[in-house]
Amino acid sequence: MADIALTRSKPRKPPLSIPKGAADGAFITYASLLLAFLYMPVAILIIFSFNDSRVLAWPLSGFTLDWYRTLFANADLLEAVGNSFYVATLSTALALCIGIPAAMALHRFAFPGKALFRRLLLLPIALPGIVTGISMLNFFNLMGFNLNLHTVVLGHATALLAVVVIQVFARLQRLPRSLEEASSDLGANALATFWYVTLPNIKTAIVGSGLLVFVLSFDEIPVTFFLTGRDNTLPMYIYSTMRRGVTPEINAVGTLLILFSVVLILLAAFLTRAPGRKR
Amino acid sequence: MTLRIIDRIGMGFFLGLPILWIVLFMLVPYGVLLTYSFWIKSYPLFEPAFQFGNYLTLLNEPQYLSVIGRTLKIAVIVSVTALVLAYPFAYFLVFRLKNATIRKVLFFGVIAPLWVSYLLRAYLWKTILGTQGVLNSTLMGLGIIGEPLDVFLYSQAAMVITLTYIFIPFMVMPIYAALEKIPRNLDEASADLGQSSWTTFWRVTVPLSLPGVVAGFTLTFCLCFGDFVAAFLVGGPDGLMVANVITSQFGAALDWPLGSALAVVMLVVVLAIISLSDRFEQRAKVQF
Repeated sequence: MADIALTRSKPRKPPLSIPKGAADGAFITYASLLLAFLYMPVAILIIFSFNDSRVLAWPLSGFTLDWYRTLFANADLLEAVGNSFYVATLSTALALCIGIPAAMALHRFAFPGKALFRRLLLLPIALPGIVTGISMLNFFNLMGFNLNLHTVVLGHATALLAVVVIQVFARLQRLPRSLEEASSDLGANALATFWYVTLPNIKTAIVGSGLLVFVLSFDEIPVTFFLTGRDNTLPMYIYSTMRRGVTPEINAVGTLLILFSVVLILLAAFLTRAPGRKR
Repeated sequence: MTLRIIDRIGMGFFLGLPILWIVLFMLVPYGVLLTYSFWIKSYPLFEPAFQFGNYLTLLNEPQYLSVIGRTLKIAVIVSVTALVLAYPFAYFLVFRLKNATIRKVLFFGVIAPLWVSYLLRAYLWKTILGTQGVLNSTLMGLGIIGEPLDVFLYSQAAMVITLTYIFIPFMVMPIYAALEKIPRNLDEASADLGQSSWTTFWRVTVPLSLPGVVAGFTLTFCLCFGDFVAAFLVGGPDGLMVANVITSQFGAALDWPLGSALAVVMLVVVLAIISLSDRFEQRAKVQF
């Protein structure tokens, strides 16, 4: 309070000397530069996937689809893609099955140790994947489990659970409390309320977080690195190819991966938007 | 009465599986990790023991301390860089942009890269910074340099650029969320009290957005601290990170106990940062 009084008694400061238009211009330039920083490299990757030289340098020498043709003839790569789909699908299903009830519990109930429960649930999002990967590797090793795609699935579900919890919990918090109370007043028990009232209302958050978990699992390296056996997922396959340096084939896979991400982003945007409009 | 019992069953239903999962796949594995860090390396793998040899090795051999130091340094530089880049952007979106649709599109433009393969986003910079890469050939084409320079790739600078590029969405998201929560009438109040927009920015907006800054900083720092992909692709020997050393202990060096000890160190550092930022968040909570 004293602070404010002091500054008030001083002569009134002139307003910011830069005119508003110029400041806005600077901000717009800055925002464009930042977006250019984010998207230029992606554009370069895509351009060079169509360039008919093995060297990724200007000037472009000519258009080709050869790199894409090599991809579709590469059996190891195709198998890796299949493995990635398998892992990502199972991980997403698991993360949803555990994450939704966990978010519900955080939202609805008070219980001892709730703060700790929340902290542990959210921990893997900030915890480097390598820690999750290694501790689970040690655990599986101690138990005498063999490493295979299923151990990878368990690792991914653990690492990505937090994504579901955060998004579903945020949606639950925004739901009007009265919906659940009304259901309760009408005699529905907790399970019935969850199934018939809550679940339909958080559907879009579930779909959105599910798609994000799918993408992140499809792309996961640090956990997969430690938990996979002989089978490679797509990113692991690409990672091992990258040891041999920069190649146009990687650019072609990359371009397809980006295309795949764009499709999923659009799908997520579409699926999570539709119910909002109706309201 | 019956209602209450059913609710309790409901609570068990919602809580049971998540708790089981946390115990089985987080707490127990962390325990095993800690246990292994006390074991001894012996052919072919290791044998149980309780000794602090692995931790002493980390303390006594300068290479480990220097890797930890370098990792901390890179993580801090990346977090600061990302903050400096992200804050003006988020501020512009929330406070300057009048059009809500453009705001959404621009925000999404920064977040969307999270959906694109993380490995790929690190690899991009390898193709750009390499000796035969895009940057060198651009500079040569422009006549700025005569022959390709090999200074861009395999350096700490390359690490900082790549990691900032990868993790910047994690900085923008919480800052944007924090700025969005600031009631606009505070700005007006400050202006009515005769403050310039500059003073208002530093004394009203910045302090109120600090929780978002801290959250973004924490996330970026922790993710950088544990990264080994960027170092593998663009770091070179000079950019080796703790996670790379851990990886090699579990690979070629085949010293799981030492690798586990390093992972425990990493876990402790990350937990310390997280709890510091939690404490800050608790204190900074403002009620409107």
